[in-house]
Parts: sequence; C-alpha cells; structure tokens
Amino acid sequence: MSEMYELTIEQAAIALRVGAISSVELTQAVLDRLAATEPAVAAFIEPTPEVALAGAAAADARLRAGDAPLLCGIPGALKDLIATRGIQTTAGSQMLKGYRPIYDAHVTQRLIDAGYVLVGKTNLDEFAMGSSTETSSYQTTRNPFCPDCVPGGSSGGSAACVAAGSAFFSLGTDTGGSIRQPASLCGVVGMKPTYGRVSRWGVIAMASSLDQVGPFARTVKDCAAVLECLAGRDERDATSSSRAVPSYREACGRDIAGLKLGVPREYFIDGMEPAVEQSIRAAVAQLEGLGATAVEISLPHTSYALPTYYIIMPCEVSANLARFDGIRYGVPQPGETMWEAYAKTRGAGFGAEVKRRIMLGTYALSAGYHDAYYVRAQKVRTLIKQDFDQAFEQVDAIVCPASPTTAFPFGAKMDDPIQMYLSDVFTLAASLAGLPGLVVPCGFDAASKPIGLQLIAPHWREETLFQVAHAFEQSTSWSQPQNRHRLRVGQGGAQ
Amino acid sequence: MSEWLTVIGIEVHTQLLTRSKMFCSCDNNYAGDEPNTHVCPVCLGAPGMLPTVNAQALEYGIMAALALDCSVPEFSWFERKNYPYPDLVKGFQLTQYAYPIGAHGKVDLETDHGPRRIGVRRVHLEEDTAKNTHVTVAGESYSLVDCNRAGVPLMEIVTEPDARSSEEAVAYLKKLRDVLVFLGIASGKMEEGAMRLEANISVRTPAEAAAGVLRKRCEVKNLNSFENVRAALEYERERQIAAYEAGEEIQQATLGWDSAAGRTVYQRSKEEAQDYRYFPEPDLPPLRFTAADVDAVRAKLPELRPAIIARYEALGLDRYRAELLSQTRALATYFETALAGGGKVERVANLLLGDLLAQVNERQINLEETTALPAAGELGRLAQQWEAGEVTGPQVKQLLPRLFETGETVDAAKAALGIRVVGGADELLPIIEAVLAANAAAVAKVKAGEQKVMGFLVGQVMKATKGQGAPGEVNRLLAEVLARD
Amino acid sequence: MQMSREEVAHVAWLARLALSEAELERYAGQLSGILSHIVQLQELDVTDIAPTAMAVEAGGNVVRADVPTASAPQDEVLANAADIEDGSFRVRAILEESA
Repeated sequence: MSEMYELTIEQAAIALRVGAISSVELTQAVLDRLAATEPAVAAFIEPTPEVALAGAAAADARLRAGDAPLLCGIPGALKDLIATRGIQTTAGSQMLKGYRPIYDAHVTQRLIDAGYVLVGKTNLDEFAMGSSTETSSYQTTRNPFCPDCVPGGSSGGSAACVAAGSAFFSLGTDTGGSIRQPASLCGVVGMKPTYGRVSRWGVIAMASSLDQVGPFARTVKDCAAVLECLAGRDERDATSSSRAVPSYREACGRDIAGLKLGVPREYFIDGMEPAVEQSIRAAVAQLEGLGATAVEISLPHTSYALPTYYIIMPCEVSANLARFDGIRYGVPQPGETMWEAYAKTRGAGFGAEVKRRIMLGTYALSAGYHDAYYVRAQKVRTLIKQDFDQAFEQVDAIVCPASPTTAFPFGAKMDDPIQMYLSDVFTLAASLAGLPGLVVPCGFDAASKPIGLQLIAPHWREETLFQVAHAFEQSTSWSQPQNRHRLRVGQGGAQ
Repeated sequence: MSEWLTVIGIEVHTQLLTRSKMFCSCDNNYAGDEPNTHVCPVCLGAPGMLPTVNAQALEYGIMAALALDCSVPEFSWFERKNYPYPDLVKGFQLTQYAYPIGAHGKVDLETDHGPRRIGVRRVHLEEDTAKNTHVTVAGESYSLVDCNRAGVPLMEIVTEPDARSSEEAVAYLKKLRDVLVFLGIASGKMEEGAMRLEANISVRTPAEAAAGVLRKRCEVKNLNSFENVRAALEYERERQIAAYEAGEEIQQATLGWDSAAGRTVYQRSKEEAQDYRYFPEPDLPPLRFTAADVDAVRAKLPELRPAIIARYEALGLDRYRAELLSQTRALATYFETALAGGGKVERVANLLLGDLLAQVNERQINLEETTALPAAGELGRLAQQWEAGEVTGPQVKQLLPRLFETGETVDAAKAALGIRVVGGADELLPIIEAVLAANAAAVAKVKAGEQKVMGFLVGQVMKATKGQGAPGEVNRLLAEVLARD
Repeated sequence: MQMSREEVAHVAWLARLALSEAELERYAGQLSGILSHIVQLQELDVTDIAPTAMAVEAGGNVVRADVPTASAPQDEVLANAADIEDGSFRVRAILEESA
C-alpha cells in the first residue's frame, strides 16, 4: 500500500472524490513528507505550509460541492521564478530577497483557479541561469537519488521535490533545458511545451524568445494533466498561442504502432557516459518493440546550438535584467552618487553566473560586435530550425538523450562555465527551434542515478510526446513510482 | 567671412491621445493626478511582466505617417533601446528603430521666400519614460520618480536637415502640430509636455552648401514652445558663426536651452553618446501591414487644416478669416454646423469671428472643444435673423451673453429679454422727426452733400429706438424724410 | 578571442555592474574562453540566411484593444520599494531631469 504522498494525481483525484481522503489529509501527508526529506534535499526556498493547508480546506469545500477540476486539492510546487501574489518570489537571487509580487503569474492563476494546493516555492539557479541549481544564492539542493550530486538545473528544486515526494507535481521553466535536464537527473517526467503554448506572464524572464513554463510529475499522465491546466492563450502574453488545447491525457494510451521515430546521429557524442548511451539505445529498441519504426536521422547543425544559444540567451538576459536597479523593488546598496548606487546594487545583488551572462550579452550587442555575434547567431538559429523542419518531414518525433551524463557531484563544473554549459548540449537545439520536448525516465546507471530519454516533436505536437512517453513508461519499469526504493532521502530510503 | 547659411533638422516627440498606455491598459489620462496612481506591474517594469501593443496607437502611427506623405512598411517590429536610467523602468525603451511606422515623407511650406519642402525622415512609435523631479530639502538633494507617465504612447517625427532658417523650422512645427491635432491623435500641448521639440543646427558657407558639405551640428533639447525654438536656433546660429569667425571649432554636442538666460547650455558631447545595443523585442511578435490594412486607415483620415482652409476660401472667405475659423477642428465644425442653418457665409463668419469670439475670449473658453458655446444651430439662426433684419447688431451683442449662459434658443432669449425690432413707419417716423428736429446742424450738412454725416443721424435714430430699430427701415425712412423736406 | 581587462571594465560600465578587481580579472579570462568557443559560428556561410528572432510566431498582428483598465493601488505599486516619499520612488539626485 502506497503512502498518500506516493499516489499519482489521478489516484489522488479519485480518492478525493470518493471521500476516501480529504485534501487537508493529503496535504498534511505531503507536508510531513516535505518535513522528512527537506533537511536532506533542500528543494524549497520557502515552503508554504499555512498557504497549503488553507488551500486544502478550500479545495475540500469545492470538492464536496462537486464539479471540481482534476487538480483541485492536489499539492504542487512552483519554481521560485514564478510570481505568487503576496508570497516571496526570489528568482534564487539576493536581489529579490523579500520581494512579494502584487500579482500572480498567469500559470499560478490557472492553478489557483483549478484549486491546487501550493506547498512551496522551489530552489533554482539564480534567475534560472545554470544547470545544477548551484548558482542559487539561497541553498544547495541535493539529488534525492544521490545526495552527493546535483539535481540538475535550473529547475533543480522543482525536479527534486517531485522525485522526493514532497509535491505531486511542480512547475519549472525551460530556456535551454532547465526542465528536461533536471527531470533526467532526478528520474521524473518533465516537459517543455512548444514556445507560445503556455503564457510567460508573471514568470521572471531570462531569455524571452526561449523561456517556457512546463510541468514536472512522477508519471507521464500526471504531467499531461498539469500541462492541460497551463496551456492556452493569455491576452497578456503576445507570444502565447490561441490554438486550441487538445486533451493531453487522452493521448496517453494511444498505440504507437506505425509511428516513425528519428534517432539523430549527432546526439551520440564523445564524452557521453556509456550507461547513458546504453539506456537510450535500449529505449529505442523498446519503442521499436511497441511497433514504432526508428530511423537514424541527421541534424547537421547540432554542434552550433551551444555557441548560438550562448549569444542569443545572454543578449536577451542583458536587457531583461536591466530593470533590477533597486529602485522600485529589489535590495538597493548605498552609493555616493546615483550611478554608484546603481552599479553597486547590481554588483552586489547578482551572483557570478548572472553577471557573467549580463556581461557576455552586453558585449555581444555592443557597437561593433552586434552583427558578428547577435545577427549571425540568429541566422544560425534559422539553420538549426531548418534541420528540425527537414527531420520532421520524415519522422513523427525525435528520440535522444536529455543529458550526456547522470547527476554529477557538487562543484564538479562550477569553475568551468563551458563544462557546465555542455551539460545542456542535448536540449539547446530544440529550445532554439521552439520545439516541445519531454523527458521520461529510461534507466539508472551503476550508482543508481537516473537516466532520462528525451522526445522532441514538431511545434504544437505535445500529444505525440505524451503518446510515445506513456507507451514507453507503461511497458518499462523505470518510472519514479516503481523506483522509489532507490531514493536516498526520507524514511523510505537508505539515508 | 560674411555670409553663413543655416541647416536645421527637427525632432518632435508627441504623446498620443489613446485611452490606454502603449504596452499596458493603464489609463493614459494622468495629468494632475497623484504620483504612481496610473501604474500597473507592466508599466512599473515589475519582474515577469510582458508588453502588449495598443492597436489604437498603431493606427495613429499609420495615420500620422500617411498624413505626412510617408510610406508605411510591410513589416515592422519594436526593438529594445538599452540604456539604464531611473526613469526607464525596464532599463530599456521599446521603440521602432530599423522599421519605423513611416519613412520618406514630406511637409510643404509656403514661406516669404516661396514654397519650401521639409523631408520627413521617419515617424516611429515608442513609450514615454517616468517623470523625475529633483528635490532639495535642507541642503540634501534627491530625485522622486513618478511612473504615471511611464509607457504613455509616444510618437517621434524626425525631419531631414532641410530647414534653412529658424522661421522655416517654426513654420514646419506649426504645420506639423496642425496635422497631429487635426488628425485627433495628439493634443499639441507643449506647455504640458505632451509635445516636445528638439532641433539640430549647423552653419556653412555658400561654397560648402553648393558642394553639399555639412559642418558639425549641435542639438538643442527641451524646447517647449515655438518661440523657444526660434530663439534657441537664432542664438545657436550666432554662437556658431561667432566661433568660426574667431577661428574656433564647434564640437558636436547636445545642448539645453535656458530660456531665462536666453542662451544654450552644454549637456554632453558626441563622445559621451550611449551605446544603445538595439535588438528586436522578443516579447512582441513582428507586425505586418498589407496594402489593404494601410488603405483602411487612409480611408479614416479626416480632412486636415490646409484642405479646410482651401474649402473656406472657395466659399468666398479671405485667407485670414479661413485660418481663424479653422484654428481648431472643433471651431471649424462649429462654423460649418452654424452655416448649415442657412445664414450667409459672410454673416456667419463675421458673427463667429466678431461677437462670438469676443465672448469666448472674455469667458476664457478653450476652443479645442465647443461644448461651452451656444448651440451652433442657434448661432446660425441668429445670423439668419440678423441678415433678415429680425434682430439688430446691438441686439446681437445683447443676446449672445445670454445664449452662452442659458443655452436657450434665440427666440426664447429674445422673448426673455423683450427684444423686438421697431420696423413700421408709424413707429419710426415720429422718432426720426424728433431726431431731425434736435439735430438741425447735422441735417443742414447732409443737405449740403456731406453724406458721411448721414451715419451720425442713423446712429442717433438707433439710439432713440434703444437699439431696436430695423437698420434697413431706419436708413430708408431717414432718406425719405430728408428728401421730402 | 581575447577580452582585455579594459574591455571588461567598459562592458561592466555599460551594464552598470560594479565589479571588484578580482572579478574583472576573472571575467576577462572566462569571457575570452566563452568567446573562443562561440567563434566557431564564423565557420558557417550564412550569406543568404534570414535571421530568426522568434522561433514560433502566432500569425497575424497580435495587438490589444485600447480600453483602459484599473491600475494598481498606489500602496501596492510602492510596496516593494526600499525608499519612498510622497507617493514617489526616492533615488539619489539625478542631475539631469527628464523632459
């Protein structure tokens, strides 16, 4: 018999509706689990137990009244980049310590409307800049499957809390892989929707042309349920699409026989851990066994994705973070003159990685370099996009690794920015092309660290991702619920 | 050296009369309100906020572009102009840089030296900044930032360096202001900062002009009236000429205008110019305009002032009165409504420009709107009655204040004031005879052929009728009686 | 690609970041390293390639109707500011007032 916190969203939703449990009980179970695991995991910058219990009581009333949405009464967590009205939203930065937005992000509002229960704001790399959650200025989040290793990033707290069982689901953001890479490293399902599928309004911007919000969950169907709640047009985000949102849960369970899957040869590179390659190859074979056809494809500009990303992203970062001057919000520093106060506020409020990216972007956009860097990167972005366009003329989805490695030890890449950037090498290209990507657990290495399979689909084809991932998950035993015994945090695991 | 020629380019920023801000839905009409009361998270530049484009501002931009003979691009986008400043909430301003909403336009002027054409280089849309106010209290200096103005739609209109004198610059500005105000897209109020003027000026010799050579220019900012533009350009021309004639060089610089001291003041040099690092705003998809889109806006363009003036001249009015009657769109509309009542053009125009405007001035009424004026139809009726001899000039003067105050019809006002016209011979003849008897000397002069004294006698009769004598009848009967004697 | 300490200092000024001497040194090295990696984009011939600023476009002009809605209450607008006075944000003296 599972503990209450271990249920899937679907199971919990049924239990809530038949009256077997209340949301207050469910929430208390999750808060207890959070209390048990948090000392080791440190996934939350700020847990919100009081908000959670009040939300749960309200959800119970709504459940009793009938006709409550699926997520009503279900405890979830938000990356601390997502604005919550009246609740501290820090972006993992000292710059925003104590910042309480006067607005809820669009995605926060959608979850509130659905009756979710907020258990806390999760840790992240500062302003989502990083691949290990180590650049957070608040705390170090540990991988629940390997407490000596990073959870990945930037949405490391959101991935870790779902893996640990201290939330049924969480929201992260993905700019160059910040949902997919930590999902892979933490053994959970994570998905980045098509650019424009989910509103970015109220989500603190890193790189506007790349940022997307997406869910983490322990199963594919749970992930689909959350995306259904988030997706759709928001008048306040001009880049959000008015396309109809299909039922992603209905896609879960569709047969994949006859689907054509592309395996890009450029995604099997030197430096990739053998266990990762073996698991991915095995996963491809598994999908073929389910009736799909796998073909090798080429995405020839893959190796240019990293340099392209590291021009476009910092350029947008340099402008997006210009607003943090300590005047209207944020933590100001004193100075003799207005400009001194301005520069000291930013010098002290931002950490090393954030400053590095602001500098890089400012430089790349500055007079004399703009065309050589920014414009050229945008042209290469076109080539990368065309690679995918051509691939999707042949195949329904692309299957590849999400990360070249499993979770790595703390500090391993902190002194070498390029090495850290390389951990996103398999997720950047799809981000640049605005494509949806989903990561589903597909194995463990010898140290019991999770490995994730990345699926990439054409624009707006999230359904295909859920269809394939669900079929894979149901036919294998890699999903989080079946590997809870591997967790090394909380009472259930060997600490 | 004796002869120096002037080269002037002009930049105008104008706020647009939309209801909401450029990139958020805050109410645009903030004048006089408490600081930071027209602010939402978007125009506060709060983390995670995104812009959305005001459709009306976009249409106003296209209207201005078309009215200034600009081409409207098929493709445009907003770009981020990056510069940190406490009044710039996002650390960048959204503006149209590479793809302005209008380009390659022109404004034709009639000057004392004949027709002149000022090229309009570009018209683009952007957002206004917050307002900084400098405060010094007990020796301590600081600034206060009010975001009410942040994000108000702003349009910038930049000319080619085509103006050749301060008079031309001011003539251009007056014409441009008319265009914007008559389009209904801008208030044109410079004193409120809704329209802000900048001009750049350089001088050169005739030989340089012939060779198309330009010398270093200086830009004068913060000019808030046409008179300041004229004065600043005159001053700056003389300053530059004096420098060159003294063998000095002019450095390209940005200057301010100290209107109290009557001189330009140095602000910053070209070398201190910012590196704005423009790039397309990733939060806003690009904009595309088809020929049909542009034609649809063109169809909505209202008649502009030069066309109105031409139409009034065709009605038989002289240029001066045509200009006065079209000084605001509201007044022109008022005049035309009054005219539709059937009065003659001359009579209606003179009534409006004479007695009515006298009242307007006395009552300090703003002619941007005509709601405080008597109904235009009633003014037309009054003109018609005057024309028909149903009221007299003095009675018109008596009636108008009441029409302003009560909003009554002319007939009601006449009844209330007991105004009528004394027109019958049986009433007028005894009065005329009494006046002639009392003014024997004047009568003698008229009979001796001094016709101008006739006017005096008419005036005396009118006075005796308390202004109620029908002027036509008075003249006719007076002449008859004098001829009879 | 090498970035000098002076270039780093200039960029830090453009970005209004107060950096210590040690940071200037470190960033000069790290940014040079990143730029050396980025330089591989120069290998590609992009002559006839159109730039992509936005990977997915909604299609049609995305605009908002000009209808005002309520602004935030003044106390909320000012709620997160460290220094306020008379309903405004207070900052150190700005020498040049905005027009």
